Amino acid sequence: MDIIDRRLNPKGKSLGNRQRFIQRARAQIRDAIKENLRSRSVSDSTSGEQIVISSEGIHEPRFVQDRHAGRRRRVLPGNKEYQEGDRVPRPEGGEGRGRSASDDGEGEDEFAFALSREEFLDLFFEDLELPDLVKEKIKSEKAPKSERAGFSRTGAPNRLNLERTMRRSLVRRIALGRPADEVMAALERELDALRKGEIEPADGKPVGTRIAEIEEALARNERKRTVIPYIDPVDLRYNRYEQVPKPIAQAVMFCLMDVSASMDETMKDLAKRFFMLLHLFLYRRYEHVEVVFIRHTNRAAEVDEETFFYGRETGGTVVSSAFHEMLRVVEERYPVDDWNIYVAQASDGDNIPSDVPRCVKLLHEQILPICQYMAYVEVGGDGERPPGFRVRGDSDLWAGYGPVDKAHANFAMRAIDHPRHIYPVFRGLFSREGMEA
Amino acid sequence: MTLETRERKQGAPAVAKDGALLFDGADWNFDILKRTYDEIERIGTEELGLALYRNQIEVITAEQMLDAYASVGMPLMYRHWSFGKHFAQQETYYRKGLRGLALEIVINSNPSICYIMEENSMTMQATVMAHAAVGHNHFFRTNQVFQQWTDADAILDYLSFAKTFVARCEERYGLKAVERVLDAAHALSSHGVDRYGRRERPSIEKERKRVQQRIQEERETFNDLWRTVPKPKPRTDGRDEETEVNLEAERQALGLPEENLLYFLEKNSPVLQSWERELLRIARNIASYFEPQRQTKVMNEGCACWCHYHIMNKLRERGQITEGAMLEFAHMHSSVISQPDFDDRRYPGINPYALGFAMMQDIERICTEPTEEDREWFPDIAGNGEPVATLRHAWANFRDESFVLQYLSPKVMRDFHLFKIDDDKECPEIVIDAVHNERGYKRLRRSLAQSYDPAVTEPRIEIVDVNLRGDRTLRLQHSVSNGQILDALEVRRVLRHFASLWGYTVVLREVDAESEKVFAEHEHRP
Repeated sequence: MDIIDRRLNPKGKSLGNRQRFIQRARAQIRDAIKENLRSRSVSDSTSGEQIVISSEGIHEPRFVQDRHAGRRRRVLPGNKEYQEGDRVPRPEGGEGRGRSASDDGEGEDEFAFALSREEFLDLFFEDLELPDLVKEKIKSEKAPKSERAGFSRTGAPNRLNLERTMRRSLVRRIALGRPADEVMAALERELDALRKGEIEPADGKPVGTRIAEIEEALARNERKRTVIPYIDPVDLRYNRYEQVPKPIAQAVMFCLMDVSASMDETMKDLAKRFFMLLHLFLYRRYEHVEVVFIRHTNRAAEVDEETFFYGRETGGTVVSSAFHEMLRVVEERYPVDDWNIYVAQASDGDNIPSDVPRCVKLLHEQILPICQYMAYVEVGGDGERPPGFRVRGDSDLWAGYGPVDKAHANFAMRAIDHPRHIYPVFRGLFSREGMEA
Repeated sequence: MTLETRERKQGAPAVAKDGALLFDGADWNFDILKRTYDEIERIGTEELGLALYRNQIEVITAEQMLDAYASVGMPLMYRHWSFGKHFAQQETYYRKGLRGLALEIVINSNPSICYIMEENSMTMQATVMAHAAVGHNHFFRTNQVFQQWTDADAILDYLSFAKTFVARCEERYGLKAVERVLDAAHALSSHGVDRYGRRERPSIEKERKRVQQRIQEERETFNDLWRTVPKPKPRTDGRDEETEVNLEAERQALGLPEENLLYFLEKNSPVLQSWERELLRIARNIASYFEPQRQTKVMNEGCACWCHYHIMNKLRERGQITEGAMLEFAHMHSSVISQPDFDDRRYPGINPYALGFAMMQDIERICTEPTEEDREWFPDIAGNGEPVATLRHAWANFRDESFVLQYLSPKVMRDFHLFKIDDDKECPEIVIDAVHNERGYKRLRRSLAQSYDPAVTEPRIEIVDVNLRGDRTLRLQHSVSNGQILDALEVRRVLRHFASLWGYTVVLREVDAESEKVFAEHEHRP
C-alpha cells in the first residue's frame, strides 16, 4: 500500500476542458453577458460573473425513452396505505416521474455557472481592439525589461549555458579525434598485462614490439590530449539577454459630461453605461488605468465618481470649459510622454452656439494631438433611430464636430438613444476592422 | 478512555495491537493514515478473506476532487468540452453549497487508486478506506462482470494512450474536427457496448462461401413438391443470382443486425478517416469499461457499505477507535444509506447504497439467524452459519439484476415498504399492481430485478439494414416494448450525430416488438 500526497499537484487539470466548453458555448455566453450588462454598476465592473445560458448547443443528446408515453411498471419504496388493486390518480404534472425526467434533459433548458473575471472580459470585448494602442515614446524611468535573445560567445560566468557548451565540446572532440578516457585506459591495461606476462600479443608479434607500439600510441595520444583540450574557449556559449524597452502600460481616461439642466437622469444613465464600458475595456488593456471625471455646465470642475454621476448643478452650457479643465489636469498630473490618454465625452449636444467654434479649435489644435483616442457620444431620449447615427445638423455639437470627425482618425462620434444601443455603438467604435466601422 | 490507553497510543506502535487506539480526534497525518489503513486491510484480508488489488491511496484537495469529477472520476482523460461543462456545473453547485463532494473516488485499476479528501476528519478517512480501498476494491477484483468486461491492469495505460491520441488529432486535424467525432461518439456511447459478450466477427469471404453453400444445399435437396407451394412474386429488378449472392454475403459480413452502433460505424462507415475510427474505438472502449459499474451499482455499493460497517464495528469492539469516532461514523453511515419514501420531495429513486447495504445485512442475518420464512425462501443458505463466505460468493457471481432476483428477501421488501405500480399513460389512473405481502413478493422481486437489467431499461436499438448498392441508407430499428417510444427531440439530435458519422441518410424506425406496429419513423439526411 502506498499513500501519496497529491495536494501539491498542479491545479486546473481540467482547464483545457473548460476552455473547450466556453469556446463551444461562446454565442450563448455572449448573449448572456449582454443581458447581464444592464444590471451592473461601475464599481463591481471588474468582478467575475455568474451567468445563466441556455443549454442549446451544449446539450448532450442520448437515445432516451419518452417519459410521457407507454406503459411502465415501477417499484417504489415507502408504501403507506396502498393495497393491491388500488387505483390512484396520476400526480399533477407527472410529479414523481417528472423529477427523474429532469435528470435526463427535460429540465436542462438553463445552465448556470460562473465565469472568472478574465473569461468574462475576454468574451465581453472579443474582437475589440484599442486604436493606437501603444505610445511610441518610452517611459524613461521604468527599467527596461531583459528578455532572452539566443546565445552569445561571451558573457558572465553565471550565464554559461552548460548544455550548449558541452554539446559543442563533444562535437569538437569527436571531430578532432581526441582519444577518449576509455581508449587510454584500455591501452594501459594491455600494457600492464603484457609487462606482467599475463597475455601474449594477439597477432603473434614479439612481446617487446607490442609493448613499444603501445607505449608509442600512449605517448601520441597523450600529446593529442594536451593539444586538444576537453573544453576549449571556442566551445563556450552563454545565454544572451537583451534589454527590451517596455511600452507604457498605463492609461488615463477622461470622462467629460455635460451636467446642465438639459441632461436628465436617463441621459446621465446612458452616459454612465458608456463610460463604464470604456473603463472596463481600458482596464483589460493596461496595467494601470486612472479615471478622471470632469463635469461641466458653463464652468468645469474635476470631481469624484459619486458627484460626477449623482451631484446636482445647474447653469448654462459651455463645452470648451471642460476641455480647458482637462488640459489643465493633463498639464498638472499626466505628462503626455508617460500616459496614454483617452477621452470620452458625453453630452446631449447642447452648447452655446458661439462656443462651438472654440471647441472645434481646441480639439484640432490641442486635444486630439495628445490623446490616443476620443469618443464623443451624444445621448438623447427622443426616438427610435438606428443606433449610432444622427441626421447631421441635429444639435449644435453634432454639427460642429462633423468636420473634426472627418479630419482626425482618432476621433469618433456616435449617438445613443437607448440602453440597448450602447453595446452595438461601443463595438462599432472599437471593432477591429477600423474605428469608423 | 483510560489513561493507560492514552499512554500506549503515544508510544505509537507500528502495528496496532488490540485495544490500542488507532487515532483520537479529527486530525490526521500520514502515520495515522498508514497505521489505520494497515489495520483495516488486515481485517479485510485476514478476517473477511477478501481479495484486494494493491491499494494506492492519494490525498487530494477539494479542488482536485472537482477536477476528478470532471474527468468522469478517472485520473487522466482526453479533453472534451462536455467534461468542462460538468466541471462548471459541479463547481457551481459546490460553491453554492447545494451539493457536497464525494468523500472518495476509487478507480478500478491495478493498483487500485483511491482518492481521499484532505478535508475529511480521521473517522471519515477510516470509513472511506474501509469502504473504497477494501469494499470496492474487493468487488472490482472478484466480481465476474468486472472480470469479464474490464482490464484493470491496462486501463490507466489505455487512458494515457487515448489522451495523447486525442491531443495529437486535435493538433493535426483541428479542435473542431475532433470535437465533431467525439460529440457523436458520446451521443452513441450507451450503444457502444457489446451486451452479449464478444463474438467472432464475420469476414466477407467466409460469408460469401456460406451463402453459396446454402444455395448449393438448396439445389441438392431440391424437391419438386415445393413448386406447388405459392411463391412470392418473381423479381423484376433484373438482378442475377451472382449479385444476389454478393449482396447477401456483404450484408452478412456486416454482421447485421448489429446492436453495437459505435462498433458498426467504426468498422463500416464509408466516410470516416482512420483516426476518426480510432476515436470511436476509444469512446467505445471507455463505455465498455464503465458498463460493469452501471450493471452492479447496488451490489458494488452494498458490498462497500457492508465492509465499512463491519470493519468500523470491529475496530470499535476492540477499542481501537473512540466512542466519539463511532458516533461520527454512525451519523455518516446513516445518512449514506437513507432511503426517502417515494412521496418525499428528496426522493431520487431507490438508493443503491440503502438497498445494497440492507440486502447484504439481510444475507448475513439469513445465514446466522434464519426465520421460518427464510428457510422456505432460501433453503440453500438459510442458517448455513457462513455469512461472509455466502456474501463473497454473491459478490463474485452476480450483477444487480440477478442478485436482486436471487437474494431479495420478503423481509427487505417489508422493511422498504416496496410496492409496484402499473403506470399506463393511456389510462388516467395508476394501478397499484403489487404490495409487500404474500401475494406480491415474487412479482415485486421480479419487477425490481428487471429495473436493473440493461436489456430492459436501455432502449433496444439495432442496425437492421444497409442499402449497399444504392444510396447507402442505413436503417435502424428500435424494438418498442410496452409502448415506450423514444423522446422524439432527442432522437433527432442523436440521428444528426449518427448521420454525420455515417455520411449518408439514416432512418430510425420504432417498431413494437410483438405486434410489429410502427410507432414512428425518424429520418436524417446529412
